[in-house]
Amino acid sequence: MLCHTALNRAAAVARHWAAAGCPVVIHLDSRVPEAERAGLAAALADLSDVRFSRRVACEWGTFSLVEATILATTQILQEFPAVDRVYLTSGSCLPLRPIAELQAYLAAYPDTDFIESVTTADVGWTVGGLNKERFTLRFPFSWRRHRRLFDGYVVLQRRLGIQRRIPEGLVPHLGSQWWCLTRKTLEAILNHPERRRHDRYFRRVWIPDESYFQSLARKVGAKVESRSLTLSKFDFQGRPHVFYDDHLHLLRRTEAFVARKIWPEAKLLYDTYLDPTTASANRPEPSPGKIDRLFAKAVERRVKGRPGLYMQSRFPTRTRGGNRSAAPYGVFSGFADLFVDFHGWLAKATEARVHGHLFAPDRAHFAASEAIFKGGLSDSANLRDYNPRSFLTNLIWNSRGERQCFQFGPNDAQDIAQFLAGDPNANILIVSGAFSIPLWRSGRPFAEIRAEAARLQKVEAEFIALLQEPETKARVRVWNLADFVEDPVEPLRQIVDELNPRAEQRQEALPQMVDLSGFAQFIQNLRNQGMQPVLMGDFPTELDMAAINTALSRPREAR
Amino acid sequence: MMPDPVGGPSALWHAYRNRLRRRQLLFRAFLRRKDLTQVTDRTAAIRDSDVLCFVCVRNEALRLPAFLAHNRRLGVRHFLFVDNASSDGTAAILADAPDISVWRTEASYKASRFGMDWLTWLMAQFGHGHWCLTLDADEILVYPYWETRPLTALTDWLEQHGRASFGALTLDMYPGGAISQGSPDLIDDPITHLRWFDSGNYQVQVQPKLRNLWIQGGARARAFFADEPRKAPTLNKTPLVRWHWRYAYVNSTHALLPPRLNEVYATDAGELTSGVLLHTKFLPEIVERSQEEKLRGEHFADGAQYAAYYDRLVDDPVLHCATSTRYTGWRQLEALGLMSRGGMDMSGGQEWG
Repeated sequence: MLCHTALNRAAAVARHWAAAGCPVVIHLDSRVPEAERAGLAAALADLSDVRFSRRVACEWGTFSLVEATILATTQILQEFPAVDRVYLTSGSCLPLRPIAELQAYLAAYPDTDFIESVTTADVGWTVGGLNKERFTLRFPFSWRRHRRLFDGYVVLQRRLGIQRRIPEGLVPHLGSQWWCLTRKTLEAILNHPERRRHDRYFRRVWIPDESYFQSLARKVGAKVESRSLTLSKFDFQGRPHVFYDDHLHLLRRTEAFVARKIWPEAKLLYDTYLDPTTASANRPEPSPGKIDRLFAKAVERRVKGRPGLYMQSRFPTRTRGGNRSAAPYGVFSGFADLFVDFHGWLAKATEARVHGHLFAPDRAHFAASEAIFKGGLSDSANLRDYNPRSFLTNLIWNSRGERQCFQFGPNDAQDIAQFLAGDPNANILIVSGAFSIPLWRSGRPFAEIRAEAARLQKVEAEFIALLQEPETKARVRVWNLADFVEDPVEPLRQIVDELNPRAEQRQEALPQMVDLSGFAQFIQNLRNQGMQPVLMGDFPTELDMAAINTALSRPREAR
Repeated sequence: MMPDPVGGPSALWHAYRNRLRRRQLLFRAFLRRKDLTQVTDRTAAIRDSDVLCFVCVRNEALRLPAFLAHNRRLGVRHFLFVDNASSDGTAAILADAPDISVWRTEASYKASRFGMDWLTWLMAQFGHGHWCLTLDADEILVYPYWETRPLTALTDWLEQHGRASFGALTLDMYPGGAISQGSPDLIDDPITHLRWFDSGNYQVQVQPKLRNLWIQGGARARAFFADEPRKAPTLNKTPLVRWHWRYAYVNSTHALLPPRLNEVYATDAGELTSGVLLHTKFLPEIVERSQEEKLRGEHFADGAQYAAYYDRLVDDPVLHCATSTRYTGWRQLEALGLMSRGGMDMSGGQEWG
């Protein structure tokens, strides 16, 4: 048992092993102060089968950990001739199943060495890129204390192409440092005629505690079962996950014999698993993979986050997904001006939440005219315009699981346009020039209408130009009013199919168009007044409204 | 949404300005030390690995029992209080605990940068090398797994990942009805009374100078600041920091110097671990207190601008609305995206939302 901190816990665990008839040899990091050592020794003084090995100073990543292991292992094999298996643990390991179950398990696998041992080519889990190079470069500098020297020396060796020779007959293998080996295998390794050569070689290998026994077990021809009986998980930076009290049920599900690392103050875990009254039972094989998914999810949360969420600890830069909402949504421009009750139809056809003009100058027109939308989102134009991006990303985030659609036009606050254009989740559909329809129907004085039409046309043209820039990520489709009016059926059907691909109601009739008889003349009047109506297209002078609406109301043939 | 960082001369200039600013703040704190009179000194009990909690209070007898109980449960080992002229039972509550040291002052809260000069002085003296939690008495810190993983587990985790500071969002909690309603007997756990919050109306932007986020929104912005959203209270905080005597909070605990400590958020699309400060401001007594605070004018740099805000509070408003969310625990806040586990594993397995 390799120990350096939380010695009271280590003592309790050593006592637990000893109580089950397993002798324990503890290696205590020599940097641990004398008072703590004495405390530990006193706590275990009554147990004759718990002993202490000679001490070395242990530094992570260096041979000192192997040295400590060798010292303790040699001692346990010498002083306890009855020992036929050695299980390497640490002071923060905790047996999860009664020791008797482990003993029975090992008895069922005679002569088997449980040691994870994988060739460097097949290792997928090392973090930082050093696999094979652990064995072919030299590492004289401390990674902890002299990181720059460490990294620099690695780079230098790569540049110069300097490589160490791997001793003949040794195939580098990597694996968890927590193994359970037979006396036979350990003696073969420790009494190997070339032991000094091995040690000299591994002294300059990086993290040799993950490769010394793993490689040599192969060399001495052990019967290797390549897995560790100790459950241990690593996070995205390659640091061991710590288990806390809330992991109790999770740990149980793994059926593992031993787990690492346990947080020293996880009282519930220690109390539960060191309870001497737990009866051993015939339980299933360890299956540490059962909880892998949860750990993979943790890594994903840290590295990828939840797209579309902007909060206290997630605020991506523009280039890293900072221009993205949580889910796809539809932005409709001009449709509500062109069709009677477009909202109602769209909501029914696409099963989406259809808002009005969310960015209207007076207030945010939420669906059903709500004053406060989900999540406490206010319809106040001031609050919205203070940070329109937050407003929109909040709206989409708050309604995850339900498709959102809203109307957007040249009369709305345009500050959000940049975000819309850059958001891959935006599905922007524009009937350009349709803003002129309500103006035409407004009955306001023509001079006013003309000025307003020119203003709106300018705003809409700018929006469309923005959407046509190469960096636009939104899905954009623009029809001019004239083209759309001539054949509205196909585009509308496509929209429904896209927004609600799973819809059953494909036969749903399309919405009726407002009566545009005489609209061509209105366009001509604008022209006559010196305006250049470019966004409406070449509007037909003769328009058969009845035919259009018949076509729209004709049910779609079932496919 | 956030500009990628710039380098070059302007970055150096900013760094220089920030350094200067930090020194000014430390000097102010040094001058303000004279305001403080030590009442009880139990700081000899502080051990190297202890998490410390720094608080400036005025008349918080109502909230203190729950505040102390919660933070003791989280594993705070020593509290260092500045009592700013309390006239209720505050002093008595703080007097008798072995883990509390108290300084008293009658000086102006506003002139002390809303108490921060006093706390900066105490932190420079006692906080160096410790993880320090700086809170108001109406803030209850929750973070992922707080019931089973005390602060030392959190700080171990942060250190393991090379972080020296921890961010939290202030979440305004409010009752189901008018805020004057309800009985103060419930103060054992104010959250049983203040059950509701706004889950998704927070506005986030970056302040490039100090590299901190600026988050506003929530119930107060919705109900009181719709006309002037810029004035709505700042909600981002960095309450937990592994302290160095050279550090200084700039503006409450919203931002501190040096600026790297303000980077409590991931900019690479991932998420860092963060928490929430449940804000228990809206207990019934707030109605009366607002009247007093309006007269004192000690809480805002330009108090007159906030007169309307106090008036609204005195009018006993209802913050609850049809889309308010009922608080059920940290897992809910995590699922809603108000806090994040970051890379902490998903023990317990349940997913909400």
